Amino acid sequence: MTTIAAATVLSTVAACGGSDDSGGASGGGGGENEASDIGVTETSIKLGGHYPLTGVAAPGYSEIPTGLDAYFTCLNQEGGVYDREIEWIFRDDAYNPTQTSQVTNELVLEDEIFAMVSGLGTPTHSAVVDFLNDEGVPDLFVSSGSLLWGDNPEEYPMSFGWQTDYMSEGKIIGEYIAENFPDAQVGLFLQDDDFGEDGEAGIRQYIDDQIVAAERYTPGNTNVGPQIAALQAAGADFVVGFNVPSYTALSQLTALQLGYDPQWFYSNVGSDPTLVGGLLNRFSEGQVSDAALLDGALTTGYLPTVDMTDNPWIQEFQRIWDECGGEGELTNYRVYGMAQAYTVTQALQAAGQNPTREGLVEAIEQVGSEWEGPVFAPFRYSEDSHMGTSGMTIERIVGNGSEEVQPVRVTDIGDAPIEEFDGEPATPPANAIPDEEAVN
Amino acid sequence: MSDLQSPASTGTAGKASSDAPVKATAGGDAPSAQAKSGRSFLPRSTLLRHLLVLAACAVLAVVVLEITSPFQNSQLATLTYYAIAAGGLTVLTGMNGQISLGHGALMAAGAYTTALFLDAEEPLPLPVILLAAIVVATAIGALVGVAAARLHGPYLAGATLALAVGLPGLAIYFHDTFGGEQGMRVRAPQAPEWFGSFIDAVSGNSASSTKWLAYVGAICLLITYFFLANLVRSRIGRTWRAVRDQEVAAELAGINLGAWRVLAFVVSAAAAGLAGGVLAIVVRLAAPSGFTIVLSLSLLTAIVIGGLGSLLGALLGSALLVFLPPFVTNLGGDFGLSQTEAAQLAPFVYGVVLIVVMIFVPAGFVGTIRLRWMTRKAKRAMAQAGADGASSRG
Repeated sequence: MTTIAAATVLSTVAACGGSDDSGGASGGGGGENEASDIGVTETSIKLGGHYPLTGVAAPGYSEIPTGLDAYFTCLNQEGGVYDREIEWIFRDDAYNPTQTSQVTNELVLEDEIFAMVSGLGTPTHSAVVDFLNDEGVPDLFVSSGSLLWGDNPEEYPMSFGWQTDYMSEGKIIGEYIAENFPDAQVGLFLQDDDFGEDGEAGIRQYIDDQIVAAERYTPGNTNVGPQIAALQAAGADFVVGFNVPSYTALSQLTALQLGYDPQWFYSNVGSDPTLVGGLLNRFSEGQVSDAALLDGALTTGYLPTVDMTDNPWIQEFQRIWDECGGEGELTNYRVYGMAQAYTVTQALQAAGQNPTREGLVEAIEQVGSEWEGPVFAPFRYSEDSHMGTSGMTIERIVGNGSEEVQPVRVTDIGDAPIEEFDGEPATPPANAIPDEEAVN
Repeated sequence: MSDLQSPASTGTAGKASSDAPVKATAGGDAPSAQAKSGRSFLPRSTLLRHLLVLAACAVLAVVVLEITSPFQNSQLATLTYYAIAAGGLTVLTGMNGQISLGHGALMAAGAYTTALFLDAEEPLPLPVILLAAIVVATAIGALVGVAAARLHGPYLAGATLALAVGLPGLAIYFHDTFGGEQGMRVRAPQAPEWFGSFIDAVSGNSASSTKWLAYVGAICLLITYFFLANLVRSRIGRTWRAVRDQEVAAELAGINLGAWRVLAFVVSAAAAGLAGGVLAIVVRLAAPSGFTIVLSLSLLTAIVIGGLGSLLGALLGSALLVFLPPFVTNLGGDFGLSQTEAAQLAPFVYGVVLIVVMIFVPAGFVGTIRLRWMTRKAKRAMAQAGADGASSRG
């Protein structure tokens, strides 16, 4: 009897001690830091990701891991997570699935990462999603809006989406057009894969009868003349593009040549004005010098952008970039990376003092939907859904920035309704380091 | 690219050149194992000799796969599919003097066939599926080979280049069957139970799926190289070399140039098809972005660096392709480069290696070593003959 009582007292004391001095997050498991799983030591947690650092997809995307890097560097200076430093490794896959598979093998088997974070690209990450789930490696916050990572947690229990999926984005765009441009003749300019398909499925839920043409382009084929001419011939005066940035530039230049001037609406992926401006300059060999062509085009947003200099998150991220970042300016891609790093930190804190891979996944499922951060709308994480954030604003591009024309609305995949988001925008905690309670 | 083609197409443009045995293909022209030398313990029969080498290589493969880490296992699995395709290509380019920039597309044919068959509810046994991959790639290879047999040098390069660019595009066009840009995900086949007990008996390591795939790749590689080595040492191989070195002489000897060229292309395509099948199960995906022109060019650089016409050279060149980039990246990281810079260093260093090889060892690793060795032997024989002559006179 006495022994049991003594043991209980001891463990209670230990638990209290843990919650007193853990600093970064209260209510931890208590006791000492342990090497609780692969990639976790008493003093570090190893995370990894794959990105196109070389090759055609590198401009823009190669900046995302540097954003995560800057955030983790500053986080480590403030004590990391439960006094563990984040060790962040990212490797180049040149946007080639064969190489993604090789570098993921290297990250999982050689570097022995605790979790994959922010692996970039739909075709590239498709090549490794089975491997990661078979090996039981948490696959957090894939940098792609495909439904694949989140809509079927039974198939991929370790994978989580992060950004708004393309179908929800399509729905919000469709509803906006139905309400604000009820007479518009809408043409769709779509990338011929899941990206365009999911977007089209979403948008057709609201304005199927307004759509006069849907044209598809194949990535890699740089002549979009036939598609743009077909949209013009069909009489479309409002064109919605689900395309990547290089095709935003190509469609703008082609329309300019054809004397075609509809209202443009580009999905979030293809609308970064700085990147598109640079591409326009390159493709037109200097004849178009900046993103002025994009002025007045509509787009969507789920994260603050660098032009919002009075947004407290952007101010914090700017500070982090200045203190802990490398060369170059803070860009929207780096903001994206830092915002992901913020969510990763929340997840690691929630997973407790001695996290395990399964515990991490469980923690995200249990409390991930309550996390606040730089992302406008909450995540949809639960046992039944691993989908990322659910809401978007509608914005109009002005110069190299944008102004909001419709506040955040949230929805879900399938025929879930669209609702106005009534939550307040979150303000960053001190040093932009979250303070989540451990759930297990 | 013209630098890469020229050694292969030298002397094949219909003209009979006097310096027929091309230096660049020296790696492929010497016998694979010593049969004629009196000191050799190896049997005289080519088949027996190659069977012995095969058995030795199989033991070596098991040893290598068991002493390396799981990650190195996965690298070796990658090596096997590059080496299978490069082996086929080196037979085509080194032995028959044809160039192909389209082997990436033939690999795609094999990979998509494998992906489609594995997608079925009750997939067929793996050997049958890989055989199907070979058959499909062979059929495409035969079609291309018929066209290729009429073309030379840059024209052949252009035609096969069109194949490399065009064929993966079909996957995007027939989006519903082949999954478009995202490609088809491949459920890698599970290791059978006997594999687990085999590994347990050999080394006591755990029989992971990575290991199983590495073994599948290694088995395919050994079988392919065994067939290719036999083919190259047979009448067929000699005929191919005759076609490569002296078109006119070959034709005068009654060789139908076109038919033999098509055959070389077909054999090479079969190897590429198998390589594609192995790639699909190792990478677990068949997607157009995996079969870009870069893949075809990498295979070509691999066989040039290793030594045109030599299977060992193809293996070495492939190894460089697999092991050099991570090595350079990690080295760059150790020297304090940022991870992005280190990643950008890898293609640069590979380019430098290629240039250095072209300048200083134009016959490739294996070719150069064989040339040196043959030169030394010839010199020794000359000196011996000279000494004999001197002594007999004296």
